[in-house]
Amino acid sequence: MDKPIIEIKNPILRIQNLSVSYEKDKYAIADVSVDIKKNLITAIMGPSGCGKSSLIRAMNRMHELYPQIETKGKIFLNEKDISKLSNIELRRKIGMVFQSPNPFPSMSIYDNVIAGYKLNGIRQKKAKRDDIVEKSLKDVALWTEVKDALYKKGNFLSGGQQQRLCIARALAFQPDVILLDEPASALDPVSTSKIENLLVKLKKEYTIVLVTHNMAQAARISDYSMFMYLGELVEYGKTKDLFTNPTDKRTEEYLTGKFG
Amino acid sequence: MKGKFRSAKNRLFKGMVIVFSLVAITPIMLIVFDLFQKGIKQINFSFFTKIAPDTWDAMTALNHGKIIPGGILNGITGTFLMVSVASLIAIPLGLLIGIYLYENAEKRYAGVVRDISDILQGAPSIVLGLIAYFWIVKNITHGFSALAGSASLTIMMLPLIIRSTEETLKMIPISIKEAGLALGVPYHKIILRVLIPTGFSGLTTGILLALSRVLGETAPLMLTALGNPFVNFNIDKPTSAVPLLIWQFYNDPNMVNLIWSSSLFLVILVLTLNLIAKQIAAK
Repeated sequence: MDKPIIEIKNPILRIQNLSVSYEKDKYAIADVSVDIKKNLITAIMGPSGCGKSSLIRAMNRMHELYPQIETKGKIFLNEKDISKLSNIELRRKIGMVFQSPNPFPSMSIYDNVIAGYKLNGIRQKKAKRDDIVEKSLKDVALWTEVKDALYKKGNFLSGGQQQRLCIARALAFQPDVILLDEPASALDPVSTSKIENLLVKLKKEYTIVLVTHNMAQAARISDYSMFMYLGELVEYGKTKDLFTNPTDKRTEEYLTGKFG
Repeated sequence: MKGKFRSAKNRLFKGMVIVFSLVAITPIMLIVFDLFQKGIKQINFSFFTKIAPDTWDAMTALNHGKIIPGGILNGITGTFLMVSVASLIAIPLGLLIGIYLYENAEKRYAGVVRDISDILQGAPSIVLGLIAYFWIVKNITHGFSALAGSASLTIMMLPLIIRSTEETLKMIPISIKEAGLALGVPYHKIILRVLIPTGFSGLTTGILLALSRVLGETAPLMLTALGNPFVNFNIDKPTSAVPLLIWQFYNDPNMVNLIWSSSLFLVILVLTLNLIAKQIAAK
């Protein structure tokens, strides 16, 4: 598959022939090429083990941590090869939110939001820091809930609030792209819908790539969807088209609940 | 009918649990009670500010029906000196090795280090004292010394700190580490500024427990620090310690009363450290 499945003009992320293997000759993703459009929500769906997480973890080079993982292919962010960026440059541009909420337990809410700057030794005036914290927390609709407890540790927050705090931590860098790896799978329905509304709001400023197990969630909030199966990108297109008129039999079977 | 039998069994079991736990804690309570009863009368201001008396003073005082003069200052300072020097080496080294084991859990060399540390933890303390004797007393200080005592205590503390550090770090979810990496934070900073603060209470608990373990050690000190009737802060010279003084008092029929008060002091010190460790661990 040399050409992406569908053409997207001026993509923010361009993935070319990406393969990821955890063991020799065992591919979690095999030769995936796909473009991601700016300021939209792109959902990645598929059954467990289909390579969804591997795909988004390749987008900010999280695989580098594990020397046994081999990545082939190229990824371009705004037409720049991400393998040429430094870790900090890349991760300032592509933020990530994980499956279970993981705020730093030893830090206050304020420090959690500003952690990206603090831990990287990026110095800033106090007023600037305050602004970043306030804007990020407002972006995730957490400001009114925590503004009186900014200097307390975040462990009294609910799971949903903690997850929004983690999104704020990723937003503090004003990234171009936010990657979310099943951000709501550990949350209750009310918190989930809060996160979903938030993502829809955030796409005005950011490009969002969302891995989800939950087809309904993809249908509710995403603009584009891809369906992956056994490491292969089976189908990619506008969410509406993909759900109403899938071209591949496997997509249809997955969407109608025949497997997955 | 069946329900009655079941609840009777339940009650019987509950009763047995209470009885046996009472049986288990009785000796401990008796020891603490006994120590208090016998030791408290010697504990006064001079107990902490004066050095150990000689047997003549003790005998005269006893014959006049007075309490024994003097205290255990030389023991307290000696214990403080040796445990401090041991901590100075064992805490940073133990933390570093613990972090290394956590980071390289799969590597073969790490496995060897872990096994050695486990063997060291099981080694009888007198053997560690012997090793310090041959290494340091014989070859470095050419005589009994606080340094040799500290060395034996260091070897005792190390495996405890190494394992508690590794276990504490292992309990931190890997997602916390990934959160740091996803922010582009360099690896060493994640360890220093994310993992260590997160595991702080566990790490401190491990250190405090290691401290309380060596505070009461006697056997290795007999072969290394020997004892000293005076306050000594020179690590090159023989030094006393509270457990060494207890042993000394035991061998002198006139000093029996001081055994109890010194033991009481040591037990309270260790208990306090343990309680602090528990408080920190609960956080």
